[in-house]
Amino acid sequence: MATGTELTYVRAINAALAQAMRADTRVIVIGEDVAEGGPYLATEGLADEFGRGRVRNTPISESAVCGIAVGAAQSGLRPVVEIMFIDFLTLALDQLVNQAAKAHFMSGGQLAVPMVLRTQGGAGGRAGAQHSQSLEAWLTHIPGLKVVMPATAADAGGLLLSAIADPNPVVVVENKSLYFRREAVPATLAPLPLGRAHRLRRGADVTIVALSRLVGEAMTAAQRLAADGIEADVFDPRTLVPLDLDPIADSVRRTGRCVVAHEAVRTGGFGAELAAELQAAAFDYLDAPIQRVGAPFTPVPLSPALEDAYRPTGEDIYAAARHAVQWADREEPVPLRETTP
Amino acid sequence: MARRRTSQPTARNLGAETALDLLGTMWRIRRFEERMATLHQRLLVHGLIHLSIGSEGVAAGVCRQLRDDDEIYSGHRAHGHVLAKGAPMDRVMAELMGRSAGLCRGLGGSMHLVDVDHGVMGATGVVGGNLAMAAGGALAAKIAGGDRVTVVFFGDGAVQTGYFAETVNLASLWQLPLILVCENNGMAEFTTRAEHTRVESVCDVVAPYGFDRRTVEGADVQAIWSAFGDYLHSARGGTGPYLLECRTHRRRGHYEGDPLASRNALGDAEWAQLDPIAQLEALAKRRRWIDEDRARALTAEADAEVERAIEFGRASEPLTPAQAAELVYA
Repeated sequence: MATGTELTYVRAINAALAQAMRADTRVIVIGEDVAEGGPYLATEGLADEFGRGRVRNTPISESAVCGIAVGAAQSGLRPVVEIMFIDFLTLALDQLVNQAAKAHFMSGGQLAVPMVLRTQGGAGGRAGAQHSQSLEAWLTHIPGLKVVMPATAADAGGLLLSAIADPNPVVVVENKSLYFRREAVPATLAPLPLGRAHRLRRGADVTIVALSRLVGEAMTAAQRLAADGIEADVFDPRTLVPLDLDPIADSVRRTGRCVVAHEAVRTGGFGAELAAELQAAAFDYLDAPIQRVGAPFTPVPLSPALEDAYRPTGEDIYAAARHAVQWADREEPVPLRETTP
Repeated sequence: MARRRTSQPTARNLGAETALDLLGTMWRIRRFEERMATLHQRLLVHGLIHLSIGSEGVAAGVCRQLRDDDEIYSGHRAHGHVLAKGAPMDRVMAELMGRSAGLCRGLGGSMHLVDVDHGVMGATGVVGGNLAMAAGGALAAKIAGGDRVTVVFFGDGAVQTGYFAETVNLASLWQLPLILVCENNGMAEFTTRAEHTRVESVCDVVAPYGFDRRTVEGADVQAIWSAFGDYLHSARGGTGPYLLECRTHRRRGHYEGDPLASRNALGDAEWAQLDPIAQLEALAKRRRWIDEDRARALTAEADAEVERAIEFGRASEPLTPAQAAELVYA
């Protein structure tokens, strides 16, 4: 990464929004409280610089607000709509799934919907089960949408710039627990291409593929594994759709072992898609079943002790990687139907 | 047949030329849709076909005053709006037949007609979503400046969706140049309005917002023309929204094959009172704008255009799966 400055993840988002709005008057920001900056101040200051015509506060009307963004995009604007918590996206799914995702296809290519929907998910805020979910897998199931999950401040800014420039509807799923980490970012934010995976670390023994907050956790796990003499190859896909599978599959063919990790509930999570694609691409090279790390199949609990136990961490990734590496040495065959750790 | 109209604030009583244009438009829609029933039975057109017979006056009275760059959104009962806005009938027919020469290359179908060149920006099969999208189009027009107007057509069933409340609130809050055109046919899918709500008039639903609204009879094309023309003139100045509620009759039930359609059957005399074509034709004859020969010629022209459209559609093949897959992303 080019030497530059230090910013928090949320300030990098803010900087990217301002940069895009300066460069293109078609870019507008729309959502609840955006003119005030929102609960995490992601849009702070934009109304002062660009006015309330382009930074539009809305009532609590997620369905209509998302629909307005779709219609405005079809008519030439480049709206960036904020859905404050991904949990509230449930209210906007008709527009996202039935309209935005399909407009280009169903119109035979006449329409385009160059909108971005920014939202954030993730547990850890003691916010309860309606403000803490990780629902990105739903979105990856819809042809026509692109889905982005930045893991660092630099990625959050760079991927957002590409999302705004993209002619398709792009959902950017941020993570609230990453918002206030200070990290190095380039002095000038440049667009990071969608559909390009990022390798954070090289290793020959196990491949770890992690999303969003779990990318940092994967790096922590990789350090512990290295102390055990196990070298991990660590990837962040950055975008789930389109997915840059090839470099990850190449890695799995070399290491023979793979762990996929995300904060979402493991059942039906994006890790299932990754595991299925990777086993198909690397079946003959695998020395162990692909391990999946994710949250248990329960709503996010409120109680701090319960929530901490619920959230997948580097510990879980470390244990899964050890399990994969030691697969051939295990004492008992794993009984049928037992799930991975 | 794409005829472009300007919308200078002229006297809004119908003249001979306008009346003939409206009659011709309504006959094109009527004959097109009457042919749908047989084409649907013969599996030449596909999917759920919702006909607008009985409400052609709304499509004609509204769309014939719009420019190509004015945008409309419609719903599942959209053939009339799209034809009246200027979409070529042959490409509409090909679309319903699922052929690559269709407006949407056969990927949209009856409920999802789009014709960007003529400002037809979307038709939603999930009731209510078009309201919000149209507000987005109106927002884009307002931000761009200029005098472009957005119109959304919806039925009274859509008024009970959350979208309606949310969109009316936002459109009035932001004073968007949006004209809401409700075809109140008293039915939401298979049940009557009385089973859905205690508010009979859609105009009463929006009363607290205080914007201009009016209820007219859907069979009175002159009244639609005049009321809509007033709102259009105002919306060209960049303000809104407005609501025009048209009380229409849904002649053919909810969709072709609706097992309950006969429930709405009317006697000939009663239907003649609710039929916008019969009403306007009678007016045109009284005013001597049209004689019997000219009236018959209008229907014959419409019939011929429908037959040409069917041939056009038949001559076209569907896209290949690979061609369709290339259209998932822009």
